[in-house]
Amino acid sequence: MLSFSSRWLKHAALETQEYVRLVTAALGGTVSPPIYRHDIVEQFDLLGVGSLTVVLLTGLFTGAALASQSGLTLDQFGARPVVGRLVSATMVKELGPVLTALMLTGRIGSGIAAELGSMVVTDQINALRALGTDPIRKLVVPRMLAGLVMTPILTIISDFVGIVGGWIVSRFQLQLSSELYWSSVTDALYVQDIYQGLIKPFVFGFVIVTIACHVGLRTKGGTQGVGRATTVAVVAGSVAVIAADFFVTQILAKALY
Amino acid sequence: MNDAERVRQILDETGAPVIVFDKVRLAFDENEVLSDLSFTVIKGHTKIILGASGSGKSTILKIITGLLHSDAGVVWVNGQRVDELSEQQMMIVRTDLGLIFQEGALFDSLTVRENVGYKYYEESDMPLDQVDARVKEVLGFMGLGEHIEKMPSELSGGQRRRVAIARAMAFKPRILLYDEATTGLDPITATTVDDEIIKLRDLEGVSSIVVTHQLRDAFYIATNMAVRDASGAVRVVPASPEKSNEAEFIMLKDGLIVFEGNAEELRRSTDPYLQTFLS
Repeated sequence: MLSFSSRWLKHAALETQEYVRLVTAALGGTVSPPIYRHDIVEQFDLLGVGSLTVVLLTGLFTGAALASQSGLTLDQFGARPVVGRLVSATMVKELGPVLTALMLTGRIGSGIAAELGSMVVTDQINALRALGTDPIRKLVVPRMLAGLVMTPILTIISDFVGIVGGWIVSRFQLQLSSELYWSSVTDALYVQDIYQGLIKPFVFGFVIVTIACHVGLRTKGGTQGVGRATTVAVVAGSVAVIAADFFVTQILAKALY
Repeated sequence: MNDAERVRQILDETGAPVIVFDKVRLAFDENEVLSDLSFTVIKGHTKIILGASGSGKSTILKIITGLLHSDAGVVWVNGQRVDELSEQQMMIVRTDLGLIFQEGALFDSLTVRENVGYKYYEESDMPLDQVDARVKEVLGFMGLGEHIEKMPSELSGGQRRRVAIARAMAFKPRILLYDEATTGLDPITATTVDDEIIKLRDLEGVSSIVVTHQLRDAFYIATNMAVRDASGAVRVVPASPEKSNEAEFIMLKDGLIVFEGNAEELRRSTDPYLQTFLS
């Protein structure tokens, strides 16, 4: 039992050390040459434009469901007119960033882990190194930058579409006037909420991509290993997003309000 | 004259050692892969490393290219002590090393052109028209000119290996390392790959290490040589005794060298393990 726990601790310490080493090297790679510009552009497109559909659908249905559910509850207090306030605050501060991040973990995290994992097991990573290319600069830095920039942008889009989804339900199901809904939406939003809604996805984007890259680059064991790496990237990424959400919320609540 | 210039001058001389292993040791956990391994590769010569699967053959190539680090011992490549170098410093050493991986390790999202010209496209400022010209020249040398726009998945196994050789030789390294370059290929395709290895050695002056357990290919590379006739055509012919001596065999067993010598000495060996391996 002791041997199992010591082995587990040793493994956890090694993974943490390697993750920190990867992140440090990737951050260093953003400020010193060589910078692989076309890879950065390609990753911005893959991560950003490629994830647009899933983010739009997620945001729209989340906002609509939120309005529908909260409308029923608020009716008990005669507070149906403030449904827009509830939808906007929840979308901007919490559901928009978290759900967008979880969707990206499924779509981007798994893709990165599978791609890098396949490159590891087919010796393509070693081939890159043998040809004088640093895999971290070539593969990790562009993905990390894309995660850092595109996750907040996708979250803003998701927030907006979610609020629009809430408006559709409020207008046609809850029979609320559009003016009342939109004034309620803007009333509830404070600058601090916007900051919170922008800082969170920045952290989530970083966490999702760096975990996926770390897991992908440490793939072992052929195609089975690639499958395992993909699962680990999604599970670890999702848990990390939820955990990071809690901690970032605590920090921002103290710092901003 | 500074140290780098002195090293360059020594390496330019005939018979200069381009790779030196001195008592190199490597273990993965309890499993000792290399035990006090020592050998030297002379400029322009071929070292053929034989051994059963798992005997540490590929590990040697990974140590030379800095993809793995030894636990003990000294490794010199082109006058640089690579066992002490960081990953960043190794990048400079790798500019003169070409490694051909077991399965080719071609970048599957890039075309043959992009694979072969990878180092120039990504790691140099060479104008694109010059890169294209070099890519076409190398693919022409390998007889792969018509496949330039294909993806690796569209190529046969033998073509993929030859593209891998083309990618490794495109930037004109002086040392080429072949990791099971003919394993899994039919004899005719394997001979085509062997011919390319011989041509690079004899016409381009490349020093090479050939890791294999394909005896037929090992002896073919050791006992043949490439010559250019008066018309400029290249032919692979039986090697002269002097040329044949420039190809040395190493047999690995349990991380140790159990034989070192030329093709003739290997054939004549009475060692039971070698006899079993050769039979």
